Amino acid sequence: MARERENPKPQQQQSPSSISYTVEELVAVNPYNPDILPDLENYVNEQVSSQTYSLNANLCLLRLYQFEPERMSTQIVSRILVKALMAMPAPDFSLCLFLIPERVQMEEPFKTLIVLSHYLETTRFRQFWDEAAKNRSVVEVVPGFEQAIQAYAIHVLSLTYQKVPRPVLAEAINVEGLSLDKFLEHQVTNCGWVLEKSQGRGQLVVLPRNEFNQPELKKSSADSIPLEHITRIFPVLG
Amino acid sequence: MAASYDYEDPSHYDTDSITHRPQQDQQPYDPTFVPDSVKTFVVHLYRHIREKNVYEIHQMYEGSFQKLSDRLFKDTPWPSVEAVAPYVDHDHVFCLLYKEMWFRHLYARLSPTPKQRIDSWDNYCSLFQVVLHGVVNMQLPNQWLWDMVDEFVYQFQSFCQYRAKMKNKSEQEIALLRQYDQAWNVYGVLNFLQALVEKSMISQILEQEKEGLEQFTATDGYDYNGGSNVLKVLGYFSMVGLLRVHCLLGDYHTGLKCLKPIDISQSGVYTSVIGSHITTIYHYGFANLMLRRYVEAIREFSKILLYIFKTKQYHQKSPQYEQILKKNEQMYALLAISLSLCPQVKLVTEDVNTQLREKYGDKMIKMQRYDDEAYALYDELFSYACPKFITPSAPVYEEPLVNYNQDAYRLQLKLFLYEVKQQQLLSGVRTFLKLYSTISIGKLASYMEVDEPTVRSILMTYKHKTHVVDGDGKVTSNADIDFYINDDTIHVVESKTTKRYGDYFMRQIIKLEEIISDMDRVKLD
Repeated sequence: MARERENPKPQQQQSPSSISYTVEELVAVNPYNPDILPDLENYVNEQVSSQTYSLNANLCLLRLYQFEPERMSTQIVSRILVKALMAMPAPDFSLCLFLIPERVQMEEPFKTLIVLSHYLETTRFRQFWDEAAKNRSVVEVVPGFEQAIQAYAIHVLSLTYQKVPRPVLAEAINVEGLSLDKFLEHQVTNCGWVLEKSQGRGQLVVLPRNEFNQPELKKSSADSIPLEHITRIFPVLG
Repeated sequence: MAASYDYEDPSHYDTDSITHRPQQDQQPYDPTFVPDSVKTFVVHLYRHIREKNVYEIHQMYEGSFQKLSDRLFKDTPWPSVEAVAPYVDHDHVFCLLYKEMWFRHLYARLSPTPKQRIDSWDNYCSLFQVVLHGVVNMQLPNQWLWDMVDEFVYQFQSFCQYRAKMKNKSEQEIALLRQYDQAWNVYGVLNFLQALVEKSMISQILEQEKEGLEQFTATDGYDYNGGSNVLKVLGYFSMVGLLRVHCLLGDYHTGLKCLKPIDISQSGVYTSVIGSHITTIYHYGFANLMLRRYVEAIREFSKILLYIFKTKQYHQKSPQYEQILKKNEQMYALLAISLSLCPQVKLVTEDVNTQLREKYGDKMIKMQRYDDEAYALYDELFSYACPKFITPSAPVYEEPLVNYNQDAYRLQLKLFLYEVKQQQLLSGVRTFLKLYSTISIGKLASYMEVDEPTVRSILMTYKHKTHVVDGDGKVTSNADIDFYINDDTIHVVESKTTKRYGDYFMRQIIKLEEIISDMDRVKLD
């Protein structure tokens, strides 16, 4: 059977473990089977400890909870939601919420997680980090949380800025002082960042250019013709 | 050929009703009574099916069945399957097909009793099992096969709505629900659709077709080599069925995944039946809207609305006509929502845009404002145009019985309005960015009456909300305005509308070639 199988995507730097494949296969071959629920729950914990991520498997589990609400585990759901926050800018968090009953969403820790997601969705990073600090017990059970959110912040910054003032960056990734210097140094060596002096007001960070922060780079798709269309005139050209 | 059917002759009805059913309205429904016209109908339909005469089957299915329903069974069910079975050699599969139509007619014109809902489920189980075991050797019209899948999902949704209204259920009804707890069970429904997809090998067939190893789309799914199209085409339409069920459950990501094997940028078997075409695009567009892929939603809504605009006159007599018009209106509402969140009117063709302005012009202007009235409008349009969401789980009978049929809808609406709220400041920032090629953060902040950090947040939110990231990390822009920030200055890049010369030249080259070859032929003559 040539079914598509989604390989576990590494979040940060991890390697997929051996069990993961079998769970992914279960989801691919038999997505509507209540018997795989315990496997999927274990797989969530496995994703947490091994810093891997599989949206498909987690949605499959939420779907089973939706079908049989009495089997739902709030602890597992909250872990899925933290993982989904870490997948930002992908819309995974909303995808999960669509499947979780409203009365469950009104309880803790879900209320907090929804607030955190709201801050990230509206890029209010200061408020986000403050709120996250108040709720360490919820988010710190999942390793790699901070780095994942920082990666999201950098993603949004790179869409928006060619040159970002140091304090703006510091606030977004919640790193300051010497740690920030070290972080910048690392980015300069590995990611093509450049540091500049702004007119008398501290440092400017030049982010690598892409078609979103430099629209001139955008490939003019209006002028190109897909190959399939060209093939139509092949007989003429020949 | 059609003229040979008795029921085509109006005078026959008069005698029929006079001799057998003098007071048709008052007389109670007698399931064992088979009027001659129905006898003729089943006998012919049975024969055409055995002879694999798709054209005649289609005529009888689309035409005669509706006409007979209108004339004889306006508010009663058709004769029972047991009563017609003797006329069709008690053929097992034909009887299942007849019953499927029997229930469909009942759902459309009357309201099913709880027991009938359960019986209809049983019938689908038997029918699909026969198909899945590969013993069906028929060739049925795509329209009919589509209607089966469509009706299957509709009855599932209808059952969930019915079951969730627990408040006024009688004890007998509850006892029945508990006794037949497997009827319209969500696992059963999904697994049947999934089994049809898998067993038909439809995704592999579509994959092989791309390489020219197989024909499916080219023959509209029909098999001209003596085989049957039933499993293949049911499997194909089941992918659309899965998309729809997942949308009803709020699982948009999985829904779109189920549809993946079908390339909706082109026409295919799904466009061969208008109902399937509309259902596919409606749910595809809706799912994309919920995933914030507005450009994709706008593009597909615009395409199909243009198609309906141009072809709707041909469907006036179709039994689906009302349904077509309703979905048409709903998709205009969804298009209005998408364009309010992502104002890229240039993606919409002129005809559709004119219609849209007529229907929603005023509302769309108000929706840009993001005050309470604007929210009320988003709420109104969404509620009008969204799918009939369902709660798939059975009620907890031990607890006090409450209605929960609105729960799923309320959740989806709430989350959608939440998204609207998160985007509330974006339309303000759009208005300003359109006026400037460069503007400082400070100046924009004072215009918008907020502080500088807030403006930076709004600008980043704009970028985040207008840029979709795929599973594989590819970023797609839905942005109507391009800008970037350099330290404290915002640079706005005017997006020029470039004319697509390429397509124009391609068309002209092909046209010219046709003319030249025409002329060559004339010369030879």
